[in-house]
Amino acid sequence: MSVNVNPAAEPLLKVSGVETYYGSIRALSGVDVHVNQGEIVSLIGANGAGKSTLMMTICGSPQARNGSVVFDGTDITKMPTHLIARRRIAQSPEGRRIFPRMTVYENLQMGAGLDNLKYFDEDVEKIFALFPRLKERQSQRGGTLSGGEQQMLSIGRALMARPKLLLLDEPSLGLAPLIVKQIFEAIRMLNEKEGLTVFLVEQNAFAALKLSHRAYVMVNGKVTMSGTGRELLANPEVRAAYLEGGRH
Amino acid sequence: MEYFIQQLLNGLTLGSIYGLVAIGYTMVYGIIGMINFAHGDIFMLGGFAALIVFLILTSFIAGIPVALALLIMMVVAMLVTSLWNWTIERVAYRPLRGSFRLAPLITAIGMSIVLSNFIQVTQGPRNKPIPPLVNDVFHFGDVTVSLKQMVIVVVTAVLLTIFWYIVNKTPLGRAQRATEQDRKMAALLGVDVDRTISITFIMGASLAAVAGTMYLMYYGVASFADGFIPGVKAFTAAVLGGIGSLPGAVLGGLLIGLIESLWSAYFSIAYKDVATFAILAFVLIFKPTGILGRPEVEKV
Repeated sequence: MSVNVNPAAEPLLKVSGVETYYGSIRALSGVDVHVNQGEIVSLIGANGAGKSTLMMTICGSPQARNGSVVFDGTDITKMPTHLIARRRIAQSPEGRRIFPRMTVYENLQMGAGLDNLKYFDEDVEKIFALFPRLKERQSQRGGTLSGGEQQMLSIGRALMARPKLLLLDEPSLGLAPLIVKQIFEAIRMLNEKEGLTVFLVEQNAFAALKLSHRAYVMVNGKVTMSGTGRELLANPEVRAAYLEGGRH
Repeated sequence: MEYFIQQLLNGLTLGSIYGLVAIGYTMVYGIIGMINFAHGDIFMLGGFAALIVFLILTSFIAGIPVALALLIMMVVAMLVTSLWNWTIERVAYRPLRGSFRLAPLITAIGMSIVLSNFIQVTQGPRNKPIPPLVNDVFHFGDVTVSLKQMVIVVVTAVLLTIFWYIVNKTPLGRAQRATEQDRKMAALLGVDVDRTISITFIMGASLAAVAGTMYLMYYGVASFADGFIPGVKAFTAAVLGGIGSLPGAVLGGLLIGLIESLWSAYFSIAYKDVATFAILAFVLIFKPTGILGRPEVEKV
């Protein structure tokens, strides 16, 4: 995959005025974010700010009550989740959601289901090169993996779909610093070499901002700040709220 | 000893039929976590469809080969039950998905009543007999094995193999297992969850139709009430083997068939159902998830 410039210069993903509810509780109130082709964009914020909800709303589960989500020129706001996935938005969701009673190999096969495993052999080698641990564990059941291994599997499974847009929800959650570094390095490499567009949610704001081209800060279901990774790293408010005294 | 072996074979035959029906219960439970109480009646419906096809075939084509007739009966029964089970899922279960847990259970019981009453009204309340289709028997010493017993066991074994292959080795089976384990994640990976669930109902119904045809061939009679007791037995088989587990359903079916025929042979036939359910209760006390059921706790 190469970085191809969108002819109309429209962003690959455009979320406008999105409001999502859980029952009568409003989790997102008027969120506007966009992700351009070839970018790494991160979304930082405290627990319960609505970051994961935004990720899931993009995938139509739950669907936004108001506002719109446009992906690659198509309005996907009210599209069923599986059809959104077939437009090549892959997500490594909150909690990783590995299929516990399937082997690592089968989990990866599930990722490649969109193409009926057409590119499976080729792609699985890439994933194994990226995360050699998965190769060692390939015939083990997903539920028996450690947290870090599950995280790698979740990202690997999302990559197997050959996504146009990769959504990563807290790829560093609960992982040892060394593995976090390894995963972030892998994301950077995929972005630089293959032009993969990534939208990620992170609590590890420092690492995320360093990695990203642009970032958004979310508070209580609203986007309160945005800018380049560097700008936000230097912003005193962001530093006070998310960086200093926080984990690195 | 011969008597024992004879009863063992009888139990195996009956158990095969229970096993086929039990798979439908267990698959549906596995994938959407509900007991499809109408499944026993789907089995009964399969028997009736086969019976009607048999009557049509024999009245229009004299001297049709029995094997061919059975095959046609089975295929038509599969189509009829699939259509019914698909429709039931579509109208009675799908709208209630995401509602409280008891709701689909209640509609399932409702659908069960609808089906058995529908057959009672349209086909009459009396037992419907058919002439014996397969009469050949083989003698091994004092042990008698009838051809129809062999057919039942072989058909069951073949179907189970095909089924096992589909569930474990094909993309469809993977999608079914993924849907079972995490429906939301399956959708995130592009699996059409509704379609996968519909297919599961169709597969369960097809096996029930085969079981219904076999039951008709074995006992030579169909009744609108056949959905209930054999249905409950098959459900028991699924629970005994561990609900949600395919090999468990078959094992449970075979065990119940064996318990029934051995109890009837050595003790009192009137108490065979008591024996079956007593053993179920006993097993569940010590192994609440059934013999091959998976423990509920999992590392996540």
